[in-house]
Amino acid sequence: MSSSFTTATARNMFYGGTLFFLLVFLALTYQTERSIPQRDRHEMLADPKVVAGKKLWETNNCIGCHTLLGEGAYFAPELGNVVKRLGSEEAVKAFIQSRPKEGIPGRRSMPQFNFTDQQLDEIAAFLNYVSQIDTAQWPPNIQG
Amino acid sequence: MQYSSQAVAKPYFIAAIALFVAQILFGLIMGLQYVWGDFLFPHIPFNVARMVHTNALIVWLLMGFMGAAYYLVPEESETELYSPKLAIALFWIFLIAAALTVVGYLAVPYATLAEMTGNDLLPTMGREFLEQPLITKGGIVVVALAFLFNITMTVLKGRKTAINTVLLVGLWGLALFFLFSFVNPHNVVRDKFYWWWVVHLWVEGVWELILGAILAFVLIKITGVDREVIEKWLYVIITLTLVTGILGTGHHYFWIGTPEFWQLIGSVFSALEPIPFFAMTLFAFNMVRRRRRDHPNKAATLWALGTGVMAFLGAGVWGFLHTLAPVNYYTHGTQITAAHGHMAFYGAYVMVNLAIISYAMPLMRGRAANSNKAQVAEIWAFWLMTVSIVLITLFLTAAGILQVWLQRLSDNPLPFMVAQDQVSLFYWMREWSGLVFLIGLVIYVWSFFIRGEEKAA
Repeated sequence: MSSSFTTATARNMFYGGTLFFLLVFLALTYQTERSIPQRDRHEMLADPKVVAGKKLWETNNCIGCHTLLGEGAYFAPELGNVVKRLGSEEAVKAFIQSRPKEGIPGRRSMPQFNFTDQQLDEIAAFLNYVSQIDTAQWPPNIQG
Repeated sequence: MQYSSQAVAKPYFIAAIALFVAQILFGLIMGLQYVWGDFLFPHIPFNVARMVHTNALIVWLLMGFMGAAYYLVPEESETELYSPKLAIALFWIFLIAAALTVVGYLAVPYATLAEMTGNDLLPTMGREFLEQPLITKGGIVVVALAFLFNITMTVLKGRKTAINTVLLVGLWGLALFFLFSFVNPHNVVRDKFYWWWVVHLWVEGVWELILGAILAFVLIKITGVDREVIEKWLYVIITLTLVTGILGTGHHYFWIGTPEFWQLIGSVFSALEPIPFFAMTLFAFNMVRRRRRDHPNKAATLWALGTGVMAFLGAGVWGFLHTLAPVNYYTHGTQITAAHGHMAFYGAYVMVNLAIISYAMPLMRGRAANSNKAQVAEIWAFWLMTVSIVLITLFLTAAGILQVWLQRLSDNPLPFMVAQDQVSLFYWMREWSGLVFLIGLVIYVWSFFIRGEEKAA
């Protein structure tokens, strides 16, 4: 690098460039916060079951095997659209309930979490809420 | 070693390597569960193994960064560390907190752990990589702040160089963005949006500053090239990093309910993210080519060069492969992401930690470099681990491409589990490569115990 390009110039470029793009990022964040309400189905959060379902989703570490809108682990199916894939909240609940305690010999199997009926309702309500979010047509098909 | 307080780095490096071993063992368990579904079920289910695997990685990399800071800051600042006692106390607090957290993951169901540790007060658990209980997260903040206080005070009383300044900016950024791990809105879209402020702005942002500073320090020491030249490179690289990486966050905002302008911004800026990594490769090779001394520590030189190349391949090339929105539409959340994650973390953050450890450990043990015998073993470990991570990445990429085809592109898309069965051959090959990685790691650890002729430091 030429001698007219000094360390001080490079340093100023770093601070200036970082500050500029940080401000752009914050402006885009503001814009995002303003447009999210048109896509995020926040009105469904008024249902306490959805909020309770999200907490159950978290405290049972579902993301440790599954993806939700493509984020998480890749060991088990996508759940952002599971209510649509299985057809109904009832079908999702039946699947969760039916998991064998000792697993399936040689195969991956979801643990049996022994959820109460109310907890099952809450998880299903949460997954139904996520399935309604406008994700720009992702996933490409129902298999997730 | 020029300052006696630099020695506090030693326990950090030792603990980092121990956690590295734990990380790999749990990785092998998970890899086996991919093909032998009920292995250790229900005692260690996949999600638990994965928490240990990823959290051990994060903690050992942080341990390594802290060790690196304690080692290089006194030397750069030309003064003793502000408080070596505080550094040692923080080491034990951090190590015990990490160990208790892992015991918690393994000993009780996650929901019980959440209940026991006050998750109801402020629910933060159960989000990928941020699974730590609230008290652990609080502990991380306390340790990070006390650590930053110690390091900042040292820099303030001593010489300010580009290296310790950039390192400080990176470390403060790390602590600042970790605060977003306490932000967990009910709204899934906003939850995911701010979750990336920890994850992306760490690994594709401020961590790269830490990486750059450590790499620059090691290169100055082993090549003897003028500080002026190296510091200029450092600033150019990190400018490129943040100019591309901050808006590059947008490549995570394609399909999570965020507005669609992110598809363009995220694609363009993240497509530029390989450039700083390419510059880093040029930097490392250029400095070694222009070296003014032949440092006896060949292994450290190799790790430094390896960091440049593997970070470029893993973070740069494999990141670019699936970063454009039209491609990512099909690859999002598949094994292609996993492939990229493995080589990027190894190439960038594992290797830079091993580079500073390789350089600093012999000096802290009173020798300029390890014996030839020990270095040969370390170099074998370098190649075994590096080649096997390349293989793991290639096999996961193959699995991912097949998965995308079978599950998302073909005329009759297959259900997830059916597609998984179809690609199991590649999971087996990944697991065998993982075993080779473990052999490399065992040789690496063993290399610390090999004696032979050593020159005094």
